[in-house]
Amino acid sequence: MDFWFFLIQLLNGVQYGLLLFLVASGLTLIFGIMGIINLAHGAFYMLGAYLAWWLAGVTGSLVAAVLLSLPIAALVGYVIEAVLVRTLYKRDHLDQVLLTYGLILIFNEAQRIFWGNDVHGVAVPQALAWSFKLTETLSYPAYRVVLSVVCGALALVMYFVIAKTRFGMWVRAGASNREMVAALGINVKLLFGLVFAIGAALAGLAGAISTPITSVAPGMGDTVLIICFVVVVIGGVGSVKGAFLGALLIGLADTFGKVFVPDFASFTVYGVMAAVLLWKPRGLFA
Amino acid sequence: MITHIPKRLAILLLVLLVVLALFPLWGKLVFAAKFTFLMQKLTGIMILAILAMSLDLLVGVAGLVSLGHAAFFGLGGYMLALMSPQYDAANLWLVLPAGLAGVAAAALVVGFLSIRTSGIYFIMVTLAFGQMGFYFFNDSKLAGGSDGAYIYVKPTVEAFGTTLVNLDDKLSFFYVTLGVLVGVYALLRVLLASPFGRVISAIGVNEYRVQGLGFNPMAYKLVAFTIAGTIAGLAGFLAATQYGFVNPAMLGWHQSGHVLVMVILGGMGTLFGPVLGAFVLELAHFAFESLTEHWLLPMGVMVIAIVLLLPKGLAGLLLKWTDRKEDGP
Amino acid sequence: MSHSEFILETRALTKAFGGLVANSSVSIGFREHQAHAIIGPNGAGKSTFVNLLTGHLPPSAGEVLFKGASIGGLPAHKVTRLGIGRSYQKTNIFPSFTCFENCRLAAQSRLATSMRFLRPASSYKAVSEQAEAALASAGLAGRSGRVAGTMSYGEQRQLEIAMVLATAPEVLVLDEPLAGMGREESEHMVTLLRDLARRYTLILIEHDMDAVFAIADVLSVMVNGTLLESGPVERVRASKAVQDAYLGDGAEAY
Repeated sequence: MDFWFFLIQLLNGVQYGLLLFLVASGLTLIFGIMGIINLAHGAFYMLGAYLAWWLAGVTGSLVAAVLLSLPIAALVGYVIEAVLVRTLYKRDHLDQVLLTYGLILIFNEAQRIFWGNDVHGVAVPQALAWSFKLTETLSYPAYRVVLSVVCGALALVMYFVIAKTRFGMWVRAGASNREMVAALGINVKLLFGLVFAIGAALAGLAGAISTPITSVAPGMGDTVLIICFVVVVIGGVGSVKGAFLGALLIGLADTFGKVFVPDFASFTVYGVMAAVLLWKPRGLFA
Repeated sequence: MITHIPKRLAILLLVLLVVLALFPLWGKLVFAAKFTFLMQKLTGIMILAILAMSLDLLVGVAGLVSLGHAAFFGLGGYMLALMSPQYDAANLWLVLPAGLAGVAAAALVVGFLSIRTSGIYFIMVTLAFGQMGFYFFNDSKLAGGSDGAYIYVKPTVEAFGTTLVNLDDKLSFFYVTLGVLVGVYALLRVLLASPFGRVISAIGVNEYRVQGLGFNPMAYKLVAFTIAGTIAGLAGFLAATQYGFVNPAMLGWHQSGHVLVMVILGGMGTLFGPVLGAFVLELAHFAFESLTEHWLLPMGVMVIAIVLLLPKGLAGLLLKWTDRKEDGP
Repeated sequence: MSHSEFILETRALTKAFGGLVANSSVSIGFREHQAHAIIGPNGAGKSTFVNLLTGHLPPSAGEVLFKGASIGGLPAHKVTRLGIGRSYQKTNIFPSFTCFENCRLAAQSRLATSMRFLRPASSYKAVSEQAEAALASAGLAGRSGRVAGTMSYGEQRQLEIAMVLATAPEVLVLDEPLAGMGREESEHMVTLLRDLARRYTLILIEHDMDAVFAIADVLSVMVNGTLLESGPVERVRASKAVQDAYLGDGAEAY
């Protein structure tokens, strides 16, 4: 294979993986700390994407739209946790699954009511609408590079927050042993609310910044949700480090799967997951 | 796992069954022009109810939450599609056993690989296998790829040269499906009362202790997984017969999630609960759809309301209600 | 029958979890029809030892011999089928089943296989009788219809024993049967255990010294994952090492 072609695929795989990480990190923390299997997590990704598309049209700036959609997604997440999810912590996992399934239905319909069934696209901001020229025929879009840098920087920030701050200590304690959180005198309500809101914000951000490279369409949240579950499980539920490696693995598997086995591209992702779980039934880092 | 059904509840369920069985009589009077359409709708719901019961054996009884159960449902349908000659009828006595054997074999393999994991990991592995099944039919040239495949002529059911039942006749097929629904329910009840059923029920409560008593939980879980998959395949076979069409969505996670919701909503581990769940969910879907274009909204609200208000599903409510009455005088 | 001196025996049995050695070269022999108690402070490795003995954990090194044959590394469901029944320190029953159903399931485990799908479990007469007998032996004869989760704690502990008895074991391994019981419940249980000691080979892990002295013929003392002393109760009781390490100082005894 041509080196430059390979490089482009590699960059695409890493970029996709980093984007998945933004969504999956919230999902894994919400499960690890709160014990909630949040099927509605993908809805925040969709919410971010639709908000970015809509606000970009209103404000005329994608950057402004992304910055606005971030707090909105966080707020929606916080409210949903406080009003609905909170009532179910003591209940069976499956009740939570059912609740968040109901939320998906509502989110999907709300999207249709507000924004319709059409598929939309968002233009790359003017300042980034250029490409790195690699060879005579191949180039790599600057926006994708920026996207990767932003996601990578956020991953670093997340690492710092979790490893070094007091809030991060709560998160680590909660993810390794849920019962311990209350025993340590941590404000559980606040912690859960924050984790849920931050998870929603990260998923919303991922949806918002991905709009120029993907289409804004109904059902986009469900697709991302399933892939992110795959990521979380490969990495080990509750492990942010695992989610990071799992996301990169899936990003690369998906991208190279499309290159090498185009007929069975979607198969590869699930094949990788099945293989990992048969080797390590509790994921790589659980 | 519910083993005892209060007498009042049994009577209530029986009444509902009779009302359903007599639908071809009263439905014609009440719904007139819409009658045939509704009968087909009910047939479709009964098929989903069979699928939901089979999933209950895993989720409600054995404690194995599968999010890939629809894969066997879809596979059952594809078995029929693949074995039916294009312009001729297949012989049911050949394609049904062969199709179910194929599904059972697939369930055995998937089960063997999946039961090594537990909890959320089991949910995700079954999801992965389900999606693999979905993409297998979606991406391959076999049976029409993402467009799906048609079964132009329905299988014949003959004995000694005479046709026993015409599956193309909508009324006959309604009763065939009703028969299978009742038959599967009875079969699962018998199964649950058997030594095997007791072990499986116990695994759902406390797997560790089951092993301590001298049973190999893996073996029992694998057999349960295979039985549940095969029954799901039977439901898929019926669905393919009814619609004369199969597509990859039958195997996908949306379908699996939908059936799981029926099971939880109806009441896990009760067998009749998931049947009620199937009817309530599908009839509500139908009603909301005919009222508003935005039917998902009331559906979502209904699902959430049931979770918040009825922790043990519809069956839990009915059991509480009928048990209290029995405690009375 | 075995030609060995012991019905159940461990030889240099060792279990390490990562760097932590929970059992270090433990060699104990259990004679048939004896009541053999194992005592030791918390963290001495008693629970690990029970788990190794009954197949709930695979040993890192050493051997477990039952009637002279090596059973180390066999999974729990195979070990119990050989005739080594165990109860659990934390009540480990099926709370949604009735008392009788709990025992019937235990008795059912002695069928050649439970892969039987059509006949109702209730129609297996021998199984039901075995379950009833076990309930009666454990003093729960009148409770068979009660849902296990609704019984008192003491009765649940009795049920725990009844379930083991229903598996028709030769050797009973009881992991702290008195744990968490009140005085009256304890006395009741001690009477039951003394009765069982006459009929079975009994291996008893217990903290309650009065109970141990009332029941056991032989006493082994574990400390820090090793066997400190083993022998007839009176001799071990008088041992200087045991006195120093365990029995002597009341404050350290628990």
